[in-house]
Amino acid sequence: MNIPFSYSLRNLWTRRLTTVLTASGMALVVFVFASVLMLAEGLRKTLVETGAYDNVVVIRKGSHSEVMSGIDRLQASIVETQPEISIGENGKRLLAKEIVVLVNLSRRGSDKPAMIQVRGIGEASLPLRPQVQLTAGRLPRPASFEIIAGANIAKRYKGGGLGETLRFALSDWTVVGIFDAGNTGYSSEIWGDADQLMRAFRRPVYSSVLFKLRSSSDFQGFKELVESNPRFTLEAKRETQYYADQSEMMSNFLSLLGLSLTTIFSLGAVVGAMITMYAAVANRTGEIGTLRALGFRRRNILMAFLIESLLLGLTGGLVGLFFASFMQLLTISTMNWQTFSELAFSFSLTPEIVGQTLFFSLAMGFIGGVLPAFRAARMNIVDALRAA
Amino acid sequence: MQTFRLVIKNAFRHKLRTSLTVLGIAIAILAFGLLQTVVGAWYAGVEASSATRLVTRNSISIIFFLPLSYKEKISQIPGVKQITYASWFGGIYLSEKNFIPNFAVDAKSFLELYPEFILPEKQKKDFLRDKKAGVAGRKTAEKFGWKIGDTITLKGTIFTGNWDFNLRGIYRGAQKGTDETQFFFHWDYLNESLRKTVPRRADQVGWYSIGVTHPDRAAEVAAAIDKTFKNSLAETMTETEKAFQLGFVSMTEAIIIAIRIVAFVVIIIIMAVMANTMAMTARERIGEYAIMKTLGFGGGHIAGIIFGESLIIAFMGCALGIAFTYPAAEAFGEAMSTFFPIFNVKSQTIYLDIAATFIVGLAAALFPAWRAVSLKVADGLRRIG
Amino acid sequence: MEQRKFIVEINHLYKSYRRGSQILPVLQDITLDIAEGEFLALMGPSGSGKSTLLNLIAGIDKADSGSVRVGGLDITALSETELAQWRHSHVGFIFQFYNLIPVLTAFENVELPLLLSGLSRKERKEHARMALRIVNLADRMEHYPSQLSGGQQQRVAIARAVVTDPVILVADEPTGDLDRVSAKETLDLMERLVHELGKTIIMVTHDPRAAEKAHIVRELDKGVLNADIQAGH
Repeated sequence: MNIPFSYSLRNLWTRRLTTVLTASGMALVVFVFASVLMLAEGLRKTLVETGAYDNVVVIRKGSHSEVMSGIDRLQASIVETQPEISIGENGKRLLAKEIVVLVNLSRRGSDKPAMIQVRGIGEASLPLRPQVQLTAGRLPRPASFEIIAGANIAKRYKGGGLGETLRFALSDWTVVGIFDAGNTGYSSEIWGDADQLMRAFRRPVYSSVLFKLRSSSDFQGFKELVESNPRFTLEAKRETQYYADQSEMMSNFLSLLGLSLTTIFSLGAVVGAMITMYAAVANRTGEIGTLRALGFRRRNILMAFLIESLLLGLTGGLVGLFFASFMQLLTISTMNWQTFSELAFSFSLTPEIVGQTLFFSLAMGFIGGVLPAFRAARMNIVDALRAA
Repeated sequence: MQTFRLVIKNAFRHKLRTSLTVLGIAIAILAFGLLQTVVGAWYAGVEASSATRLVTRNSISIIFFLPLSYKEKISQIPGVKQITYASWFGGIYLSEKNFIPNFAVDAKSFLELYPEFILPEKQKKDFLRDKKAGVAGRKTAEKFGWKIGDTITLKGTIFTGNWDFNLRGIYRGAQKGTDETQFFFHWDYLNESLRKTVPRRADQVGWYSIGVTHPDRAAEVAAAIDKTFKNSLAETMTETEKAFQLGFVSMTEAIIIAIRIVAFVVIIIIMAVMANTMAMTARERIGEYAIMKTLGFGGGHIAGIIFGESLIIAFMGCALGIAFTYPAAEAFGEAMSTFFPIFNVKSQTIYLDIAATFIVGLAAALFPAWRAVSLKVADGLRRIG
Repeated sequence: MEQRKFIVEINHLYKSYRRGSQILPVLQDITLDIAEGEFLALMGPSGSGKSTLLNLIAGIDKADSGSVRVGGLDITALSETELAQWRHSHVGFIFQFYNLIPVLTAFENVELPLLLSGLSRKERKEHARMALRIVNLADRMEHYPSQLSGGQQQRVAIARAVVTDPVILVADEPTGDLDRVSAKETLDLMERLVHELGKTIIMVTHDPRAAEKAHIVRELDKGVLNADIQAGH
């Protein structure tokens, strides 16, 4: 039988100030830990939602992103005739030849420029991306100076709202529709007719060809065909992989920074817990002696102090997690170094992250408490009683 | 001076607790210092850039090129002293993980306009003579073990194919903040290849860099350049190099803000650790404070002792943390070299460390000192038991 | 008078402490038998070794040589774990500063040793209540130690000592921190435990009034036990 749980709990309660200070230190560490995980998860979610597994992106070999890619019309039309491409309900191929360029736009309420992707779309572009929904207005007419803007653009950029006009490529473009694409990168894009944009930017080549596979297993065959055939200077990637590659640097940066921070911070929090628990042991030397005299064993004492420290960690963990959950309301919008374009993602809390965070906070409590608990357990009864 | 001795002795009475607290503060100061250095590294490009050089680029965005023919027109604009041009090449060395900023430059005018890239005279001559020559920064050459005479192969992303360069020079930076990770080669080499393979992309440059005769007229010159090309096929956008770099940094502002917030959180964490130690210490010594009061010491005196102890512990941690910061920043900078070409601990960071420590030391002692001052002697004595 | 059974038999007990390079003898060749139902007081100046002897009888300290038999069992041969179990079932402790756990109520303090027994929750409650009734504190069960007077705290401690129904009770200066009235109450209570419940009490004390209550007073001086002094009985 162990020393009752309430003993550990009430001791924390009795030393409220110290408990609050230690637990809040831990809570801050847990907050940072959870936020970093949530950020990485948010980025991953954005990428997963942006791409579909059965969609294939074709870009110029070695170009890594649509912005840097270029596919001439001849190659694009050869790709268009491949048998692996799925046929849509209207009998047409689910394939879009797109052009992507970057333009400078200013945020509302500031002159700070940001680089925004403008995507020239084809007929199949929307059906290929079911996550993109037109929420206001209508689609742009072909061969017109009309565009539709992603929800982020409409909200945050000058001239991006419905009925407003944006100026780029020596022309004024009217926003005739707003589309919502959830957390995906498309929400930070502007879409217009591909051929019209190619004319305006004087770019004779497409950036990418996007299509849906007839059958998921066709991918390998198509990839080999495109990449081994000397007529093509192209490469093919599954859309999910394409977007993961796009943000590799950003996610590496986030995880590297997050890992370094968490390591340093948790060391600090463990030290904090250790100070508190050593003091708890020192202050209660007499109690430890009494408990031992009554017949409680060393491991009972060890457990009581470990439980106290774990409770401390758990309190910090719960408080930290509580505040971290509010981070979900935030969206981080930054430039993707690899593509120079805007990348927006939110903090995302999942049950796995909750589990990891609580485990992390308990681990901090455990590591901080284990040495003091051993000191308590190893005390000599006579000496401990004398200190009472 | 007796009081000072008491303060020192008190600080070391609980050796274990004091060491742990010092360690905790050191860790926090280390984290704070590293975060400040990360923020600094973010702005390193801005700081190293000149406020007197202008950058002219396509107004649509950086990925659009400008015609080479603009060079003559810009040169004729009053106030323009020097001009050079470059293109972002975006080549990859071996794997995408090895990020090296690489450019095609008009070598002679580039080296004249950018004196901060220091190249030994012989290497400079060799570089200018060899069409396929390239020059690498010291850090990059060290990282990949490149030696002069080596053949460096970059895989093009914007310009297809594998490109071979002969390494003819390794440059050093003139200042601490100069980026020593870049690789540059002859723009002519790129252009000649493009003429053969993709003629429509030939004779175009990524941007022009312009030296002005009078730095105070830079804004005027910039406006004149943009006016010259207004309503042409490729409108230009001209700004000082600093503003240009700042533009890039501001696009990643969200991350900087996040890091700044975290740095602030670190300070609060140290405060919690330190305040905890002081609270525990003061609670244990309340009986002693009562005795001191009985002996006739004033509340201010006792408060001074508590503040002194808190500050001593805080500053020991601070000193240790600062000592850790330098080697840690080196290791961290190494791991982050892909992201930050420059990663130096600035003296300003150290001043901030010290200021933060001072605040933490004072704040931690505030509550215990108040308790000791307002202590009634009888209550305190009773606690001795 | 019939021959009473000895509950504690101590034979040629030695104990010394090491202080730095010095070895300080604390107890030298102690031989002592204590009969069941006895109320024994150990007296002597500070540093005479009386508390050490008490600790050895209670099994919280280890002797250098010699044996301590309690109820026929040589406790010097027990391992630490065995000792812990043995203490729990055979010894009740009463301390000078009561040594109650401040975060537990009077009731919980008394219940605490029972957690080590195999008793059910219900049985534990009954035992603890009964122990508190014996010390006349049934109405203070939910109070925390800080809400009780010194005498009341010591009575809670006595309830905790008897709740497991131990064979011997060891008391180290039980009246050392109490005022005259509380001290008398405590001693009366201890006397009742001997008379009514048949407990054996071994008490270390400085207090002549406490020694008066004892049946036998033995005096220790520099680690040596002096000859018997029969108390007033």
